Amino acid sequence: MSNNNLSWKNGIKDGILIALGYFAVSFTFGIMAKKAGMTPFQAVFMSAANLTSAGQFGALALIGTSATYLEMALIQLVINLRYSLMSCSLSQKFEPRAGFPHRLLVAFGVTDEIFGVSVCKEGKLNPFYNYGLMSVSIPGWMLGTFCGVVSGGILPARIISALSVALYGMFIAVIVPPAKGNKLLAGIILSSMLLSLLFAQLPILSQISQGFKIIILTVLIAGIAALLFPVKEVADEG
Amino acid sequence: MRGNIYLYILVMAGVTYLIRLIPLIFMRKEIQNVYLKSFLYYVPYVTLAVMTFPAILRATASLWSALAGFIAALVLAYRGGSLFKVSILACLSVFIFELMV
Repeated sequence: MSNNNLSWKNGIKDGILIALGYFAVSFTFGIMAKKAGMTPFQAVFMSAANLTSAGQFGALALIGTSATYLEMALIQLVINLRYSLMSCSLSQKFEPRAGFPHRLLVAFGVTDEIFGVSVCKEGKLNPFYNYGLMSVSIPGWMLGTFCGVVSGGILPARIISALSVALYGMFIAVIVPPAKGNKLLAGIILSSMLLSLLFAQLPILSQISQGFKIIILTVLIAGIAALLFPVKEVADEG
Repeated sequence: MRGNIYLYILVMAGVTYLIRLIPLIFMRKEIQNVYLKSFLYYVPYVTLAVMTFPAILRATASLWSALAGFIAALVLAYRGGSLFKVSILACLSVFIFELMV
Protein backbone atom coordinates (compact mmCIF):
# COMPACT_ATOMS: atom_id res chain seq x y z
CA MET A 1 0.00 0.00 0.00
CA SER A 2 2.87 2.37 0.78
CA ASN A 3 3.87 1.91 -2.83
CA ASN A 4 0.48 3.17 -3.95
CA ASN A 5 0.78 6.04 -1.54
CA LEU A 6 4.16 7.05 -2.91
CA SER A 7 2.96 6.83 -6.51
CA TRP A 8 -0.06 8.93 -5.62
CA LYS A 9 2.15 11.60 -4.04
CA ASN A 10 4.53 11.66 -7.00
CA GLY A 11 1.52 12.03 -9.24
CA ILE A 12 0.26 14.99 -7.27
CA LYS A 13 3.65 16.65 -7.48
CA ASP A 14 3.91 16.31 -11.25
CA GLY A 15 0.20 17.08 -11.55
CA ILE A 16 0.73 20.59 -10.16
CA LEU A 17 2.63 21.44 -13.32
CA ILE A 18 -0.07 20.07 -15.53
CA ALA A 19 -2.62 22.05 -13.54
CA LEU A 20 -0.66 25.27 -14.11
CA GLY A 21 -0.50 24.68 -17.84
CA TYR A 22 -4.14 23.63 -17.92
CA PHE A 23 -5.14 26.77 -16.10
CA ALA A 24 -3.73 28.90 -18.92
CA VAL A 25 -5.45 26.87 -21.63
CA SER A 26 -8.81 26.46 -19.91
CA PHE A 27 -8.86 30.13 -18.97
CA THR A 28 -8.87 30.89 -22.68
CA PHE A 29 -11.49 28.22 -23.18
CA GLY A 30 -13.66 29.86 -20.50
CA ILE A 31 -13.51 33.21 -22.29
CA MET A 32 -14.51 31.58 -25.57
CA ALA A 33 -17.29 29.58 -23.90
CA LYS A 34 -18.75 32.77 -22.53
CA LYS A 35 -18.66 34.31 -25.98
CA ALA A 36 -20.50 31.24 -27.28
CA GLY A 37 -23.25 31.95 -24.74
CA MET A 38 -22.55 29.30 -22.14
CA THR A 39 -23.14 29.81 -18.42
CA PRO A 40 -20.28 29.24 -15.95
CA PHE A 41 -21.87 25.99 -14.82
CA GLN A 42 -22.23 24.69 -18.38
CA ALA A 43 -18.65 25.57 -19.26
CA VAL A 44 -17.21 23.98 -16.12
CA PHE A 45 -19.41 20.93 -16.61
CA MET A 46 -18.12 20.56 -20.16
CA SER A 47 -14.53 20.80 -18.93
CA ALA A 48 -15.10 18.30 -16.13
CA ALA A 49 -16.84 15.79 -18.37
CA ASN A 50 -14.48 15.99 -21.33
CA LEU A 51 -11.01 17.04 -20.27
CA THR A 52 -9.90 17.69 -23.82
CA SER A 53 -8.78 21.08 -25.07
CA ALA A 54 -9.07 20.69 -28.83
CA GLY A 55 -12.32 18.77 -28.52
CA GLN A 56 -13.90 21.45 -26.37
CA PHE A 57 -12.80 24.31 -28.60
CA GLY A 58 -14.17 22.38 -31.55
CA ALA A 59 -17.45 21.84 -29.74
CA LEU A 60 -17.90 25.58 -29.16
CA ALA A 61 -17.76 26.19 -32.87
CA LEU A 62 -20.26 23.39 -33.53
CA ILE A 63 -22.72 24.47 -30.86
CA GLY A 64 -22.70 27.91 -32.42
CA THR A 65 -23.88 26.46 -35.72
CA SER A 66 -26.52 24.28 -34.00
CA ALA A 67 -25.05 21.05 -35.34
CA THR A 68 -26.74 17.67 -34.91
CA TYR A 69 -25.67 15.32 -32.13
CA LEU A 70 -24.27 12.93 -34.71
CA GLU A 71 -22.06 15.66 -36.13
CA MET A 72 -20.86 16.42 -32.64
CA ALA A 73 -20.02 12.77 -32.03
CA LEU A 74 -18.10 12.49 -35.31
CA ILE A 75 -16.13 15.68 -34.75
CA GLN A 76 -15.09 14.49 -31.31
CA LEU A 77 -14.07 11.16 -32.75
CA VAL A 78 -11.88 12.85 -35.35
CA ILE A 79 -10.35 15.41 -33.02
CA ASN A 80 -9.73 13.00 -30.17
CA LEU A 81 -8.79 9.81 -32.00
CA ARG A 82 -5.17 10.35 -31.03
CA TYR A 83 -6.11 9.40 -27.46
CA SER A 84 -6.68 5.81 -28.54
CA LEU A 85 -3.11 5.63 -29.78
CA MET A 86 -1.97 6.91 -26.40
CA SER A 87 -4.19 4.40 -24.60
CA CYS A 88 -2.60 1.56 -26.62
CA SER A 89 0.80 2.66 -25.43
CA LEU A 90 -0.33 3.18 -21.82
CA SER A 91 -2.17 -0.12 -21.75
CA GLN A 92 1.11 -2.01 -22.12
CA LYS A 93 2.77 0.16 -19.54
CA PHE A 94 0.52 -0.61 -16.56
CA GLU A 95 1.40 -3.23 -13.98
CA PRO A 96 -0.35 -6.54 -14.52
CA ARG A 97 -2.29 -6.06 -11.28
CA ALA A 98 -3.89 -2.91 -12.69
CA GLY A 99 -7.18 -4.60 -13.51
CA PHE A 100 -10.46 -3.59 -15.05
CA PRO A 101 -11.66 -1.06 -12.41
CA HIS A 102 -8.33 0.75 -12.55
CA ARG A 103 -8.50 0.92 -16.32
CA LEU A 104 -12.02 2.38 -16.17
CA LEU A 105 -10.74 5.18 -13.95
CA VAL A 106 -7.44 5.83 -15.66
CA ALA A 107 -9.14 6.02 -19.07
CA PHE A 108 -10.98 9.15 -18.05
CA GLY A 109 -7.68 10.96 -17.62
CA VAL A 110 -5.90 10.03 -20.84
CA THR A 111 -4.96 13.50 -22.06
CA ASP A 112 -1.91 14.60 -24.04
CA GLU A 113 -0.24 15.77 -20.86
CA ILE A 114 -1.15 12.98 -18.46
CA PHE A 115 -0.12 10.48 -21.10
CA GLY A 116 3.11 12.33 -21.78
CA VAL A 117 4.15 12.45 -18.16
CA SER A 118 3.12 8.92 -17.21
CA VAL A 119 4.18 6.87 -20.23
CA CYS A 120 7.88 7.64 -19.94
CA LYS A 121 8.15 6.74 -16.25
CA GLU A 122 10.75 4.12 -15.66
CA GLY A 123 9.48 0.58 -15.29
CA LYS A 124 5.85 -0.42 -15.02
CA LEU A 125 3.23 2.16 -14.21
CA ASN A 126 1.18 2.22 -11.01
CA PRO A 127 -2.33 3.55 -11.69
CA PHE A 128 -2.14 5.51 -8.46
CA TYR A 129 0.43 7.76 -10.12
CA ASN A 130 -2.20 8.62 -12.72
CA TYR A 131 -4.79 9.22 -9.99
CA GLY A 132 -2.38 11.66 -8.39
CA LEU A 133 -1.93 13.48 -11.70
CA MET A 134 -5.67 13.55 -12.30
CA SER A 135 -6.61 14.73 -8.82
CA VAL A 136 -4.68 17.97 -9.29
CA SER A 137 -4.88 18.58 -13.01
CA ILE A 138 -8.63 18.07 -13.39
CA PRO A 139 -9.47 20.71 -10.74
CA GLY A 140 -6.93 22.99 -12.45
CA TRP A 141 -8.71 22.48 -15.75
CA MET A 142 -12.10 23.22 -14.17
CA LEU A 143 -10.89 26.20 -12.16
CA GLY A 144 -9.28 27.80 -15.21
CA THR A 145 -12.50 27.36 -17.14
CA PHE A 146 -14.50 28.95 -14.35
CA CYS A 147 -12.15 31.92 -14.00
CA GLY A 148 -12.16 32.42 -17.76
CA VAL A 149 -15.94 32.57 -17.93
CA VAL A 150 -16.48 34.88 -14.98
CA SER A 151 -13.47 37.17 -15.29
CA GLY A 152 -13.71 38.08 -18.92
CA GLY A 153 -9.97 38.45 -19.39
CA ILE A 154 -8.91 40.04 -16.09
CA LEU A 155 -5.83 37.84 -15.69
CA PRO A 156 -2.83 39.69 -17.13
CA ALA A 157 -1.93 38.56 -20.63
CA ARG A 158 1.70 38.22 -19.53
CA ILE A 159 0.89 35.52 -17.03
CA ILE A 160 -1.26 33.56 -19.46
CA SER A 161 1.49 33.89 -22.06
CA ALA A 162 4.13 32.55 -19.66
CA LEU A 163 1.98 29.69 -18.37
CA SER A 164 1.24 28.63 -21.93
CA VAL A 165 4.66 27.04 -22.29
CA ALA A 166 4.37 24.98 -19.08
CA LEU A 167 2.90 21.97 -20.87
CA TYR A 168 5.45 22.08 -23.68
CA GLY A 169 8.22 22.43 -21.11
CA MET A 170 6.99 19.20 -19.55
CA PHE A 171 6.97 17.37 -22.86
CA ILE A 172 10.54 18.47 -23.47
CA ALA A 173 11.57 17.35 -19.98
CA VAL A 174 10.09 13.93 -20.77
CA ILE A 175 11.62 13.26 -24.18
CA VAL A 176 15.03 14.92 -24.03
CA PRO A 177 16.77 13.06 -21.15
CA PRO A 178 16.31 9.55 -22.62
CA ALA A 179 17.60 10.86 -25.95
CA LYS A 180 20.80 12.07 -24.36
CA GLY A 181 23.54 9.70 -25.50
CA ASN A 182 21.02 7.76 -27.57
CA LYS A 183 21.51 8.80 -31.18
CA LEU A 184 18.59 6.75 -32.39
CA LEU A 185 16.04 8.37 -30.07
CA ALA A 186 17.54 11.81 -30.68
CA GLY A 187 17.23 11.26 -34.42
CA ILE A 188 13.64 10.12 -34.10
CA ILE A 189 12.70 13.14 -32.00
CA LEU A 190 14.46 15.51 -34.38
CA SER A 191 12.80 14.02 -37.47
CA SER A 192 9.43 14.17 -35.71
CA MET A 193 9.86 17.86 -35.01
CA LEU A 194 11.08 18.61 -38.52
CA LEU A 195 8.23 16.74 -40.17
CA SER A 196 5.79 18.42 -37.82
CA LEU A 197 7.19 21.78 -38.90
CA LEU A 198 6.90 20.74 -42.53
CA PHE A 199 3.26 19.74 -42.00
CA ALA A 200 2.58 23.13 -40.45
CA GLN A 201 4.16 25.06 -43.31
CA LEU A 202 3.46 23.23 -46.56
CA PRO A 203 0.33 24.35 -48.43
CA ILE A 204 -1.94 21.29 -48.52
CA LEU A 205 -0.50 19.55 -45.46
CA SER A 206 -1.15 22.55 -43.25
CA GLN A 207 -4.88 22.06 -43.80
CA ILE A 208 -4.76 18.84 -41.80
CA SER A 209 -6.04 19.28 -38.25
CA GLN A 210 -3.60 19.03 -35.35
CA GLY A 211 -5.22 15.81 -34.11
CA PHE A 212 -4.85 14.03 -37.43
CA LYS A 213 -1.38 15.38 -37.97
CA ILE A 214 -0.36 13.75 -34.68
CA ILE A 215 -1.88 10.44 -35.72
CA ILE A 216 -0.40 10.43 -39.22
CA LEU A 217 3.10 11.37 -38.11
CA THR A 218 3.09 9.01 -35.14
CA VAL A 219 2.00 6.00 -37.19
CA LEU A 220 4.43 6.91 -39.96
CA ILE A 221 7.54 7.70 -37.93
CA ALA A 222 7.09 5.16 -35.13
CA GLY A 223 6.12 2.58 -37.76
CA ILE A 224 9.26 3.14 -39.83
CA ALA A 225 11.44 3.30 -36.73
CA ALA A 226 10.04 -0.01 -35.49
CA LEU A 227 10.78 -1.61 -38.87
CA LEU A 228 14.33 -0.30 -39.11
CA PHE A 229 15.29 -0.46 -35.44
CA PRO A 230 13.30 -3.09 -33.56
CA VAL A 231 13.79 -2.65 -29.83
CA LYS A 232 15.52 -5.47 -28.00
CA GLU A 233 13.91 -6.98 -24.92
CA VAL A 234 16.31 -5.30 -22.47
CA ALA A 235 16.06 -1.79 -23.84
CA ASP A 236 12.32 -2.07 -23.35
CA GLU A 237 12.00 0.31 -20.46
CA GLY A 238 13.95 3.14 -22.04
CA MET B 1 -28.12 27.39 -29.69
CA ARG B 2 -30.90 25.04 -30.82
CA GLY B 3 -29.81 21.66 -29.45
CA ASN B 4 -29.73 20.97 -25.74
CA ILE B 5 -26.34 22.03 -24.41
CA TYR B 6 -26.24 19.26 -21.82
CA LEU B 7 -26.96 16.62 -24.43
CA TYR B 8 -24.14 18.00 -26.56
CA ILE B 9 -21.80 17.76 -23.60
CA LEU B 10 -22.85 14.20 -22.78
CA VAL B 11 -22.42 13.07 -26.41
CA MET B 12 -18.95 14.61 -26.47
CA ALA B 13 -17.99 13.08 -23.15
CA GLY B 14 -19.26 9.63 -24.14
CA VAL B 15 -17.37 9.52 -27.42
CA THR B 16 -14.17 10.87 -25.91
CA TYR B 17 -14.29 8.45 -22.99
CA LEU B 18 -14.78 5.43 -25.25
CA ILE B 19 -11.85 6.48 -27.45
CA ARG B 20 -9.68 6.48 -24.36
CA LEU B 21 -11.12 3.37 -22.75
CA ILE B 22 -11.32 0.77 -25.53
CA PRO B 23 -7.58 0.24 -26.07
CA LEU B 24 -7.00 0.12 -22.31
CA ILE B 25 -9.51 -2.69 -22.00
CA PHE B 26 -8.66 -4.70 -25.08
CA MET B 27 -4.88 -4.46 -25.06
CA ARG B 28 -4.25 -5.77 -21.58
CA LYS B 29 -2.15 -8.80 -22.46
CA GLU B 30 1.48 -8.06 -22.98
CA ILE B 31 2.20 -7.90 -26.69
CA GLN B 32 4.87 -10.40 -27.79
CA ASN B 33 5.28 -9.23 -31.38
CA VAL B 34 8.61 -7.41 -31.63
CA TYR B 35 7.43 -5.04 -34.32
CA LEU B 36 4.35 -3.91 -32.39
CA LYS B 37 6.33 -3.67 -29.18
CA SER B 38 8.91 -1.45 -30.84
CA PHE B 39 6.18 0.63 -32.42
CA LEU B 40 4.56 1.29 -29.05
CA TYR B 41 7.96 2.03 -27.54
CA TYR B 42 8.55 4.79 -30.09
CA VAL B 43 5.01 6.23 -29.98
CA PRO B 44 5.41 8.58 -27.00
CA TYR B 45 8.61 10.15 -28.27
CA VAL B 46 7.15 10.86 -31.69
CA THR B 47 3.79 12.04 -30.36
CA LEU B 48 5.26 14.41 -27.79
CA ALA B 49 7.83 15.79 -30.24
CA VAL B 50 5.14 16.42 -32.85
CA MET B 51 2.86 18.08 -30.29
CA THR B 52 5.64 20.31 -28.97
CA PHE B 53 7.13 21.61 -32.16
CA PRO B 54 6.29 23.95 -33.84
CA ALA B 55 3.20 24.50 -31.62
CA ILE B 56 5.32 25.92 -28.78
CA LEU B 57 6.43 28.76 -31.04
CA ARG B 58 2.86 29.99 -31.31
CA ALA B 59 1.92 29.53 -27.65
CA THR B 60 3.09 32.86 -26.26
CA ALA B 61 2.64 36.51 -27.15
CA SER B 62 5.60 36.56 -29.54
CA LEU B 63 7.76 34.13 -31.49
CA TRP B 64 10.86 35.38 -29.67
CA SER B 65 9.61 34.85 -26.15
CA ALA B 66 8.45 31.40 -27.20
CA LEU B 67 11.90 30.65 -28.59
CA ALA B 68 13.42 31.79 -25.30
CA GLY B 69 11.17 29.37 -23.42
CA PHE B 70 11.83 26.57 -25.89
CA ILE B 71 15.61 26.92 -25.71
CA ALA B 72 15.55 27.22 -21.91
CA ALA B 73 13.51 24.01 -21.70
CA LEU B 74 15.84 22.16 -24.09
CA VAL B 75 18.99 23.16 -22.23
CA LEU B 76 17.56 22.39 -18.79
CA ALA B 77 16.10 19.08 -19.88
CA TYR B 78 19.42 18.10 -21.46
CA ARG B 79 21.15 18.84 -18.17
CA GLY B 80 18.74 16.47 -16.49
CA GLY B 81 16.48 19.00 -14.79
CA SER B 82 13.31 17.59 -13.24
CA LEU B 83 9.91 17.96 -14.87
CA PHE B 84 9.11 20.72 -12.43
CA LYS B 85 12.31 22.68 -12.92
CA VAL B 86 12.23 22.52 -16.68
CA SER B 87 8.61 23.54 -16.94
CA ILE B 88 8.68 26.38 -14.40
CA LEU B 89 11.94 27.82 -15.71
CA ALA B 90 10.61 27.74 -19.26
CA CYS B 91 7.62 29.78 -18.05
CA LEU B 92 9.92 32.18 -16.21
CA SER B 93 12.10 32.65 -19.29
CA VAL B 94 9.06 33.63 -21.31
CA PHE B 95 7.87 35.96 -18.57
CA ILE B 96 11.23 37.71 -18.14
CA PHE B 97 11.79 37.92 -21.87
CA GLU B 98 8.43 39.58 -22.41
CA LEU B 99 9.13 42.03 -19.60
CA MET B 100 12.40 43.08 -21.18
CA VAL B 101 11.39 43.33 -24.81
